[in-house]
Parts: sequence; structure tokens; C-alpha cells
Amino acid sequence: MKKIDLVLGGVGGQGILTIAGVIAQTALRAGLNVKQSEVHGMAQRGGAVEAHLRLSPETVWSDLVPTGTAAVVCGMEPMEALRQRHYLAPGGCLVASTDPIPSGADYPPVADLIAELRKTPDAVLLPAAEMARIAGNARAANMVLLGAVAARLKLPEATVRAVIADLFKSKGDDVVEANLKAFAAGQDAASY
Amino acid sequence: MTSPLLLLGDEAIARGAIDAGISGCYAYPGTPSTEILEFIQGWQAKHGDILHSEWSANEKTAMEEALGMSYAGRRVLVCMKHVGLNVAADGFMNAAVTGVNGGLVIVVADDPSMHSSQNEQDSRYYAKFALVPCLEPANQQEAYEITRLGFELSERLNVPVMLRLTTRLAHSRANVRTAAPLPQRPVQMPDNARRFVLLPGIARRNYAALVARQPEMIRAAAESPFNALLPGADRTLGILAAGIGFNYLNESFGGPCPHPVLKLSQYPLPPELLKSFLESCDEVLVLEDGYPLLEEALHGPAGLNPRIHGRIDGRLPRTGELTPEHVAKALGRTLPPSAEPSPLLRQRPPRMCDGCPHIDAYKALLEALAETGPGHVFADIGCYTLGALPPFEAINSCVDMGASISMAKGAADAGFLPAVAVIGDSTFTHSGLTPLLDAVYADSPITVFILDNGTTGMTGGQTSLATGRLEQVCAGLGVAPEHIRTITPLPKQHAENVRVLKEEIYGHAGLSVIIARRECIQTARLKTPGRKT
Repeated sequence: MKKIDLVLGGVGGQGILTIAGVIAQTALRAGLNVKQSEVHGMAQRGGAVEAHLRLSPETVWSDLVPTGTAAVVCGMEPMEALRQRHYLAPGGCLVASTDPIPSGADYPPVADLIAELRKTPDAVLLPAAEMARIAGNARAANMVLLGAVAARLKLPEATVRAVIADLFKSKGDDVVEANLKAFAAGQDAASY
Repeated sequence: MTSPLLLLGDEAIARGAIDAGISGCYAYPGTPSTEILEFIQGWQAKHGDILHSEWSANEKTAMEEALGMSYAGRRVLVCMKHVGLNVAADGFMNAAVTGVNGGLVIVVADDPSMHSSQNEQDSRYYAKFALVPCLEPANQQEAYEITRLGFELSERLNVPVMLRLTTRLAHSRANVRTAAPLPQRPVQMPDNARRFVLLPGIARRNYAALVARQPEMIRAAAESPFNALLPGADRTLGILAAGIGFNYLNESFGGPCPHPVLKLSQYPLPPELLKSFLESCDEVLVLEDGYPLLEEALHGPAGLNPRIHGRIDGRLPRTGELTPEHVAKALGRTLPPSAEPSPLLRQRPPRMCDGCPHIDAYKALLEALAETGPGHVFADIGCYTLGALPPFEAINSCVDMGASISMAKGAADAGFLPAVAVIGDSTFTHSGLTPLLDAVYADSPITVFILDNGTTGMTGGQTSLATGRLEQVCAGLGVAPEHIRTITPLPKQHAENVRVLKEEIYGHAGLSVIIARRECIQTARLKTPGRKT
């Protein structure tokens, strides 16, 4: 694996730290250096949250990804994808769920948000909740997005799947299977 | 060699302390420091009950309990967020004067940019104030290693040692390699127990001895493996990089820095080191996450030196945390182009969870106070502080832990009535008991509304020390039992709750306590059987 910078955005409680954790563990198993910066505390309470993830065979210095350098920006929600878009490197890939979580009465029409997200030439916009439901677990939308991110970053598939299986092992085989299916659905949707 | 662990800065410190042979860790939860004791509790769950790891009532009791463990000869860690050190400051300052027996390391996690705090005070000033060493790791591996150094320094120099970090390191994970663990130390009396008796005669001797040990502390920093002078050929600029400032510096150059760099992670610094560094370069840029402490020291008392750049001359922003962008810009590096903020962006502030008991408590309080109007509610620190935001806009102050009750009393003393205090159960046991005693003594005509969700919610659901006993605690302090009322904040109880609040706010000219009791929706969910992700 080569050097990768990634920024995740979402709403508190959506599970961006789960995505970040799976990728970080994958990198650790691949023998890479990792920095994974998280947001805790006040922002967890339904506010906007972000996580920065950096993987490299070399030393990783900053805990934060500098703006304009991320290979992938992943939003769990269209507005939150837009909020992190400035981290994306020229030519980078924007992965986002199209399922809105309105921030308030002034939340713009979803179609406008999607049109804005499509201004990024490489945008992978997915109905993640519906895809997760089809995979067998409506709560696995984050695994759909993880699949798309993993495909674009060319993460070692077997390792990612093993980390996901370990993560959900204690919740039973059906939960593991649904999460792996959701992951595969995201992978397929983002593959060229 | 063992394979690396992926640890938060907080967790690296916790593991470093365990491997340094601590016998206990004392703390009150506070972002971004909470994960230190949580890691130790998790360790205990796996490895057996080998050390003390219960939450303390507040940072002051944590500090003093830690000093007691140190007195008994054992190594001990105490952890808090930066504003918690204000609460613990009395014990902290005086522990510098008593000295230690077992090694005592105080971890303080500062929060520049105030991600979850009321201010961005820089704890390094407290270390300087107390005349004790301060360690400031640059990364997670250093956080692990420097913790062990902290205990060695504490015992060698006979002082408590501060370990200071900021949010970014506290809450970022990275690979950490651990070293062989040390055993715990046996219980052992101090050689001279009299030095813990700070009568003026003894305190004067101890303080003189503390001052006399300063050169040794400075020498320890000069010889520290965590401080380094890194040569660079281009002496038009030298860079002084403290703590995580060093990471942003290296990030900016994406390789070796062409300028001389003074990497700093241990204080107090030798003044001649700073002086010689300043003299060896045309100009100096100071990178430090927090207040311009080193930058001020470089300028000295003679006014601003135009050769020194940083937060004071505006090369870097004066407020907020360091970022890779700010540092790159200060170094004159070109940033890659990035997307402009979209006009479609809207703010998404944090809010209380759906089903949160505080929502029903605030609805009842707002209706009870409708005839008075806004401006009469003094609140406190916790999830319920979000009641300041729409749609509630129910509270008028949030200053420090416990200030709701004392400010309500002060306002009532001024004749400003009604005066209502809103405080959570954990904040109440942290710092609400003493102001309630003031109000009891004066029979102050205030209403104290305790929002009892049975936990320390904002930091993730840690133990609250008076769960199930709040009525007895209030009665024990002297609140009249007939004016200690308990309500259940639920929509179906709304009318009844409004009635109780009005009775006590408008119908009683003395002190009342109303406890709104319903479990935090987050901790209740965690207990739901069969919960799946």
C-alpha cells in the first residue's frame, strides 16, 4: 500500500469512526504507519463530525490532513460531504451518501446538494441506506460507503473483510454477513 | 519486538503509566482527557483489579487522592482537562511545595480552539507557576515514552511533573510500540513526612528547596532525549517547534527542514539555549499549540523583537489550535488549491438527543417561567448547556462547574428574582455542594433544578457519584425536606412538572431543590438487550 490521506464527514452517531477504525486496522495489518484523528465530546451530540485518516509506509507527521491533499473525501450525508470537500486533492474522489439528515428548516433541497457534489469530476454518490437495507441491515450504510472508499483507495480486500468480520464477530454471524454484503455493494458501485 | 498498537495520545499515556508501574489513576471526566482513565478501566477489566481506577468527585479530590498515594510511596497518575486544573490548582501548587514520595504525574489536556471547552488556557503556564517540569510530547509514541520519563523525573527531582498535551494529540491514534513493564512500588513512608506539613516554617524551607532545584530541572531539560537541536544549512530562519508544532513543521516541508530546528518537549528550558538559538539565526519562527509562552520568553521584557515571528506578530493566528495550513503559510509554503466553501453549507450545531430527559425538563421550566420571561436561569456545564441554543434558548449562563448555584444566589442577593439554577447531577457532585451550602445558610430564595440523568453524559456516560442519593445529599446539607421535590421529565408528566416548578419558584420564598430524574437516553440504550449495530 502507498501513502493515502482520507477525510470523513458525517453527523454525530452515523459511524464515521467505525469506517476510520476499519481502514486504520487494515493499514496496521499491512505494516503501515497510521494517524487517525477523531472528534469527541460536544460535537458528538448530533453535530457535524469529521475524522482524518493518514496511512503511509513513511513517517506520518501531521495528525490532520492538509486541505487540498486528500485522495478521497467521504461524506455520510450530502451536506457533510460538501463541508469536507475542500480537503480533496485535485483529481481526488468524493464519495457520499445521498441520504439527507436535515440540519434545520434552512436545509437546502437535496437535488441542489447533489448537483453541487457532482461538480467534483470524480463523485461517487450512493443511496447508502437503501443499499444497506438490500444487503440485509439498514444500519450498515457506513459499510456501503466503506466499500466505495476501499475500492477507490485499492485497499487490500481480504484484509478489510477480515477486519470487518472481527469487528462484528461478537454480534453474530448474520450481522457479520450483512455488513460484508453492504461492504461488497459499495465496492461494486465504486469500481470502474 | 511486539507488534505496534494503535493508540490515541490519551491511551498511549495511560499505557505508558501502567507500564511505568502506577498503583492508581485519579480523574474526573473532561474532554479531551477522558480516555486516559477509561483505557485504564478497560485494562483492569481484562487484567484483573491491579490498581485504583475509579472516577473522583472532581479534579481537586483527584489531585489530593493522588498526592496521598504518592505520600504512601507508590507511583500515581492524575488526569484532567485544562479547566479542571483550575479546580485542582490549590493541591497542584502546594504539591510542588511538599514534593512527592512515589512518582506523581499530572496529565493536563488543553483544548485550543475550544472544541469542547469554555476557554483555551495553556497549562504550561501553570507548570511554570508551580516551578515544576512540564513534558509536552509531539506524537503518540513520545506520549507513551515520556510518561515513564515523567515518573523518573518526579522521583529524582522530588516534584510532581506535568504532562501537557492538546486535543489533536489526545484524540488522534497512531502506531505505538511498548516497552517492558515495570512492577508497582511497595507502600513506603516518606523519608521525612514532616515536609508534607505545610506550616509556614516548613513551607518556607520546602519552597526554598524547590527554588534551589530549578537548575537541576533545567539541566534535565537540556539533557532530555525529547528536546533536540536539529541542524539546518539555511540560517535565514530558525524554527522553534514545541509539542505537535514539530509535526506540522515536518509536514510543511514534506521532508528534511532546510532550517535549524529546536524541537522542544520538556521544560523548564535553559535560557542560554533559547538565547544561542536566537543568535544563530537571522529570524526565528515559533510554533507552539496554545498561548505564545515560548514566543514571549524569546522577546523578553524589552519589547517586541522584529526578528521573532509567531502568534504575537500575526505570522500565525493569535487564537485557536495550530493547523497544517497555518504553519505552511507561516513558513511561506504554497498550499495546494482546494474547493471554496459552498454557499449551500448550513451550520449543524450539536443538539440534545431525541428522547433526552433534558428536553422535557426545559419544556417544563420554560412554561413555568413564562410569566417572568427570559433572563432568570443560571446554568452549568454538561449536555444541558445545549439548552442555550434554539429551540429552547432556556439558559442565561454557563461559566464553570458549579457556577449555576452560586450565580443564582448572587443574583438573588442583589434582589433579582426569581433566580433559578440548572445543574446536572454529576456537575452538582463535582462543584455544586459547596454553593448549595451557602444557599442553605442564607435560606436564599433560589430554586435549584438538578437534572439527574444518573451519569456524566457529555463525556460519554461515566459514573456519577450521588446517583440514587441526591435527595439525601441535599437534605444532609440542610435543605428543608419539604422543599426537596422530585419530578420525572416525561411529556406525559408535563403539566404536573410545571405545577411543581411554579410552586417552588413562585410559592416559596426560601431555598428549593427540584430533582428531575430520568436516565440518560444514551446510557439507557446501551443497556437495551439485543441491541445490534
